[in-house]
Amino acid sequence: MTPSQQAAAFLTLLIKECLRFIRIWVQTVLPAAVTMSLYFVIFGGLIGSQLADVKGLRYMDYIVPGIILMAVINNAYANVVSSFFSAKFQRHIEEMLVSPMPNWLIVAGYTAGGMARGLVVGLAVTVVAAWFTDLQVHSWPVVVAVVLLTTMLFALGGLINAVFARSFDDISIIPTFVLTPLTYLGGVFYSIDMLPGFWQQASRLNPVLYMVSAFRYGMQGVADVPLAVSFALIIGFVVILFAAAVWLLHRGVGVRS
Amino acid sequence: MTVPALEIENLTKTYRNGVQALRGVDLRVEEGEFFALLGPNGAGKSTTIGIICSLVRKSGGRVAVFGHDIDREMEAAKSCIGLVPQEFNFNQFEPVEEIVINQAGYYGIPRRRARPRAEACLRQLGLWDQRRVMARELSGGQKRRLMIARALVHEPRMLILDEPTAGVDIEVRRSMWAFLRETNARGTTIILTTHYLEEAEALCRRVAIIDHGRTIENSAMRDLLMQLHVETFILNTREALAEVPAVEGYTLRRVDEHTLEADVERERSVNGLFEQLSRQGVHVLSMRNKSNRLEELFLRRVGRAQP
Repeated sequence: MTPSQQAAAFLTLLIKECLRFIRIWVQTVLPAAVTMSLYFVIFGGLIGSQLADVKGLRYMDYIVPGIILMAVINNAYANVVSSFFSAKFQRHIEEMLVSPMPNWLIVAGYTAGGMARGLVVGLAVTVVAAWFTDLQVHSWPVVVAVVLLTTMLFALGGLINAVFARSFDDISIIPTFVLTPLTYLGGVFYSIDMLPGFWQQASRLNPVLYMVSAFRYGMQGVADVPLAVSFALIIGFVVILFAAAVWLLHRGVGVRS
Repeated sequence: MTVPALEIENLTKTYRNGVQALRGVDLRVEEGEFFALLGPNGAGKSTTIGIICSLVRKSGGRVAVFGHDIDREMEAAKSCIGLVPQEFNFNQFEPVEEIVINQAGYYGIPRRRARPRAEACLRQLGLWDQRRVMARELSGGQKRRLMIARALVHEPRMLILDEPTAGVDIEVRRSMWAFLRETNARGTTIILTTHYLEEAEALCRRVAIIDHGRTIENSAMRDLLMQLHVETFILNTREALAEVPAVEGYTLRRVDEHTLEADVERERSVNGLFEQLSRQGVHVLSMRNKSNRLEELFLRRVGRAQP
């Protein structure tokens, strides 16, 4: 395929993926906005008002970046894992497999679709957050870069999950038993400085911590880990997962006989 | 010498569970042909098609599509092919038009050019009025036609249809035959697998038979049918027959009092049979083939003929 043909194929897949989640926005966008509103009301408003400031910020203000990023992570992942698995399940993934689209382009298209949903949901949650707090941005480039890289990383993760999945159970196991605990323990609701020594070090093994920390830096200028370390880690994971996803499709794992 | 549309040499496939689906398939399909790929269930037809379209990884052998080896020039080979698979494999929750436009996009056709192409394909296949309908709401015949429209939207040089008329009524089947004939007449090479052998006989000029993962026949349809030395006819008689009339040069069997079965050698005329029956006061009201000619040959070639 020529570069212009590749661009047309990429746009086709991106538009298809966007139409998919927009068509069912009540299932894909609205729940995140409602759930995150509850977080703001309960943790930020009711409980948070009884708590001391964290790193010089009101508790409500402190948790906003983490909650936005949690919604972004969950939705970028959920979009690709459900869309790709559904394509496998209904076998319409074959539409792409018989076409001349290279594997990296299929991965890129699905990833972009997941990123799009992550960004739309992130925007919706941000709008909700604006009702509860005065949103400030310390560094736009950091905010944009962290959100784009994080959605990319988790969209790729969702795709790899879907490649291996053989049933609908398999696409909910990772989000439930891996993604949710990592997110909750990734410094969304607290600073790791508040943890005892051992748990501070253990928390550093959690990749979500680095994303939340970098995003919080972008919004509020405070971070649990140095920004450079966060970016290096996120970019490293993106490169590894992208390569792994392309390799899996090349090997035909889960999609070719 | 022209480049064949499809060239397969010693194709083998062993699945991970040890099943040897293909043991050495050889095929050559010339450009512009209407080619039938026949074989009993499990013979390896769908595996062969899967390998050509890269849905199945081959274990050995060589496949080239219009001269593009699938090991070295997979993208170029895929660009030449349109596939209509056996099972419905489109997104059931997508509108008909979107499915066809998206397929064009996967072949690198931008949406502004894909739209008119999709419209032309959907109109040709009588689906334009259903363009905004979700695919799951289509009837079985419409779903089959949607898969043909989808396969043709990028204007492939070769169309592969894996049992395209399975489960559709006769009217739809006949209209699909007419459409496929037109498509072939416009220069598209067509490879068809089907269990309706009358379909293969009516449409295809060349035929290959695969059995147990091997090509056991690959010839012109006419040459293959010439191999049929004896045809069996069912005769309905006006008179009730208590026993089989004695005729010379033909083998007759009594099915019931008004029905005879007659074996007629290819060199003999059926007129002789009618004359002999007429002389004995037996009048034939109607006559038909006991089975389709290709079906009879097919059963003999795959070793499943009735004794």
